Amino acid sequence: MGVTQIRMKVNGVTESLDVEPWASLLDTLRERLGLTGTKKGCDQGACGACTVLADGVRINACLALAVQYDGSEITTVEGVDHPLQQAFVRHDGFQCGYCTPGQICSAIGMLAEHAAGMPSAVGASGLTEDEIRERMSGNLCRCGAYNGILDAIKEVL
Amino acid sequence: MRPFAYVRAADVDEAVRAVAGEPGAKFLGGGTNLVDLMREGIERPATVVDVTALPLAAVDDLPDGGLRIGALVRNSALAADPRVHARYPMVSQALLAGASPQLRNMATVGGNLLQRTRCPYFYDAAAACNKREPGAGCDALGGFTRGHAILGVSESCIAAHPSDLCVALAALDAVVEVRGVGGTRRIPMAEFHRLPGDTPHVETALAPDELVTAVELPAVPVAARSRYRKVRDRASYAFALVSVAAALEVRDGVVADVRLALGGVGAKPWRARAAEELLAGGPADEDAFARAAEAELEPATVRPGNAFKTRLARATIVATLRELSG
Ligand SMILES: Cc1cc2nc3c(=O)[nH]c(=O)nc-3n(C[C@H](O)[C@H](O)[C@H](O)COP(=O)(O)OP(=O)(O)OC[C@H]3O[C@@H](n4cnc5c(N)ncnc54)[C@H](O)[C@@H]3O)c2cc1C
Ligand code: SF4
Ligand code: FES
Ligand code: FES
Repeated sequence: MGVTQIRMKVNGVTESLDVEPWASLLDTLRERLGLTGTKKGCDQGACGACTVLADGVRINACLALAVQYDGSEITTVEGVDHPLQQAFVRHDGFQCGYCTPGQICSAIGMLAEHAAGMPSAVGASGLTEDEIRERMSGNLCRCGAYNGILDAIKEVL
Repeated sequence: MRPFAYVRAADVDEAVRAVAGEPGAKFLGGGTNLVDLMREGIERPATVVDVTALPLAAVDDLPDGGLRIGALVRNSALAADPRVHARYPMVSQALLAGASPQLRNMATVGGNLLQRTRCPYFYDAAAACNKREPGAGCDALGGFTRGHAILGVSESCIAAHPSDLCVALAALDAVVEVRGVGGTRRIPMAEFHRLPGDTPHVETALAPDELVTAVELPAVPVAARSRYRKVRDRASYAFALVSVAAALEVRDGVVADVRLALGGVGAKPWRARAAEELLAGGPADEDAFARAAEAELEPATVRPGNAFKTRLARATIVATLRELSG
């Protein structure tokens, strides 16, 4: 069972990689490309620490096989340059910081989803606090920095 | 993860042939369930056939006013489809109540139908589980059963079906279109998932080589006024303890049409036919709703850990019908 060659644009740089089919996108980013900003919390889709953008869409890199993302453009926190980052600092949007890269990538994906008219279970018309909390519910924070995260996102709306 | 060969299928026949030709081969959709189970060593396919490149990602109108949903439509895209929103709000609501935005962006409709139980003993390779290993026993019996089913269970397995989407599909009499080497067939939702009986490892009517290609929703006028209500341990990002998909039309105080299905309580997505029959043509009031709920839950088999589900399901059914009748 051999390796498969894939090509991905990661943070603007085209990467050609030989990957084993069972390698997750998360392990590939962290261990093959040295992009350790993206975190492994649970490795089972239950925390959101591994959130990255694939062609602009937020996904959990721990449940993604790298081979499935052949030809995609991946953005990790290392490739992000967004006012949210300063806003997280200003509003204490973290304590230990472990969930932060996932929170930032998720929030960017969330803002794009909302702008594209994607609904949420809350169903409000604008990005109210309830909407933001629901739309960010795929990212857990063990330090409980949720209020700061909410304030940071509100600042960039 | 145990090594496996990876095949990316370019068309439906190639995908079906690739799985049919390899014992133990599996289709791969968004991977949100299969990759997890492979990492835990619960699923151990020697070959994985990626179907996400197949041209099955469209939602099309049917001539009778129904919808044909391609098996590779992502859960987030289906929830956002304005036709689903208008004609079958319970489907959008069920999807949006499930998993997280990231997971919904990955998960496909076909994978959602085939997702496996979240029974913690099924996930724990050290536990005894008849579903994982026929004949091994069931550690859930006498174990921690808060998440387990109370309807349709057997002495072999009490696992709950985890899907929210499937509960809405059961209420709507959806039809699952599948393709195998022998051709295409259509399976009504009510026959798609199987009760555990003494073969809990057999979960669906699907043959191993059969690929889900689409789900068809028939025109269901009453569904334009429908609701999916989910009760769980936290407000979001958790599986249902109890959920209710309901559609109701009341004319002059009388139930003119009703659809009801339950999640979190059934060994499969649970269409509440006994309750529907009691309600149809009768008064649309609190007493009637409660009697219908009780009739549906009467055959429940509870354990100390999940006995609360009978009352919770009754209350959730009544509250959902009350909301729709108001
Ligand atoms: C943390 C977490 C929370 C979750 N919470 C919820 C929740 O609250 N509610 C809910 O409903 N779900 C929930 N889910 C489950 C999620 O909805 C499913 O994992 C998802 O729908 C599966 O779709 P997929 O495309 O990723 O399937 P995959 O993981 O790719 O496949 C799942 C199974 O389906 C088979 N398969 C895939 N496509 C086809 C096809 N076209 N034909 C035949 N077989 C096929 C595969 O072989 C595999 O056996 C949760 C998942 C996680 C990880
Ligand atoms: S309830 Fe079913 S899935 Fe859970 S341990 Fe028992 S046999 Fe396995
Ligand atoms: S590490 Fe991916 S969701 Fe937790
Ligand atoms: S800042 Fe510590 S987990 Fe969120």
